[in-house]
Amino acid sequence: MPKTIVLDKKSVDFLKKITDLSGETITLCDQCGTCSGGCPVVEDMDITPSQLMRMVLIGDQTVMQTKTMWLCATCNTCTVRCPRMLDVSKVAEALRQVTLRQSINKVKIDEISKEDLSELPQIALVAAFRKLTS
Amino acid sequence: MKIPYYPGCTLKSTAKHFENSAIESAKALGIEFVELPKWNCCGVVTPLAEDDIMHHVAPVRNLIRVLEMNKSGAVNDEKRLLTLCSMCFNTLKRSTLRIKEKVDDLDVLNDFMYKEEDYDGSVEVVHFLEILRENGFDEIKKQVKKSLENLKIAPYYGCMLLRPKDIGIDDAERPTIFNDLLTSLSAEPIEWRAKNKCCGSFLTLDNKEIVSRLGYDILTNAQKSGADLIVTSCPLCAFNLDNRQKIIKQKHPEFEEIPVLYFTQLMAIAFDLDKEVMGLDGNYINPVPLLESKGIL
Ligand code: SF4
Ligand code: SF4
Repeated sequence: MPKTIVLDKKSVDFLKKITDLSGETITLCDQCGTCSGGCPVVEDMDITPSQLMRMVLIGDQTVMQTKTMWLCATCNTCTVRCPRMLDVSKVAEALRQVTLRQSINKVKIDEISKEDLSELPQIALVAAFRKLTS
Repeated sequence: MKIPYYPGCTLKSTAKHFENSAIESAKALGIEFVELPKWNCCGVVTPLAEDDIMHHVAPVRNLIRVLEMNKSGAVNDEKRLLTLCSMCFNTLKRSTLRIKEKVDDLDVLNDFMYKEEDYDGSVEVVHFLEILRENGFDEIKKQVKKSLENLKIAPYYGCMLLRPKDIGIDDAERPTIFNDLLTSLSAEPIEWRAKNKCCGSFLTLDNKEIVSRLGYDILTNAQKSGADLIVTSCPLCAFNLDNRQKIIKQKHPEFEEIPVLYFTQLMAIAFDLDKEVMGLDGNYINPVPLLESKGIL
């Protein structure tokens, strides 16, 4: 018997918001798991990239409390392998943006050690600030 | 051949040896880099949110400089912008693609940059490796004065030269461009699993542990596959694979350090350019003992 999942309005709105922000047709994801299989940081994540896609697809906003979006390094390994041509890195960016646009920063610039500031190349700092601060 | 050149922030500081060795090796091949006047930081990472047009301003401003250089005669009908840093390459090129795909965005950008000349979408962003390929690897062979015959090298492509596919300079899964370069330099490129595995990128700021774990996997994979050293084209990969060996060594005392060089340093060595141009004192793990033991220095 096929089962029907009915999403409430809040969930539908959340899916729409992330779909619009990411530009990805998230409903195309068939949960094949290819993205999770090749992700270099999957073992550090609390949910896998494919679980992240699934949670967004069903409008489950608790995805916002997971670590995964902050650990996606935008390496695009999943992007070139997804059989549905989806880009998880764009969905992760959309989720990060939902938080960052409320002026909530993931990295606190004034807490970065002097040692890190002196040894890290500029591209590391600028990239991290762009991805992890508002 | 004269080509507009975008250095980016890191090539003027921690990766100065990358820039110097690239400029001088290119000169030996008859390629002159003409640095953009008044360039600005490209933002390092491409904005991925659909509505984020603002962060394309920084890349596009640099593209306008290329048009100006063509007008002023600084370069002659050369609308390609050459990059060395893989991250700058990726970010600048992705902005050119965004404008091609979404023409309306270009109007928004031009309206915003009302003090600038309008950008017309005609600049192409290229990486130095692509110019070397176009120039012909045989031309490189002709310049080799010091044989690197005994050197086994792991070409590390990382992410930003290859992915996503529409910006990649080579096959995303089975790239060969670095291998071709190394072969033309008389070195031996090794085949290995981790050549296009991510080094952890900017996670190096707030997740050193993850980055050093990824680095350990990449470096030991290179070693197990027979490499004496690793080459890269990205100052962030270089930091994560070279400087982070400090943390890796603390965690894995049995780990033996392996030098990580920019591909252009290797060109400078093979072309027998000045020691200053090679800039071997700029690398964290000193490559000199290895190169001496192989009779190269
Ligand atoms: S690879 Fe694509 S289709 Fe498969 S689970 Fe990941 S996002 Fe979904
Ligand atoms: S882009 Fe993000 S989710 Fe995809 S493989 Fe890379 S780190 Fe994992």
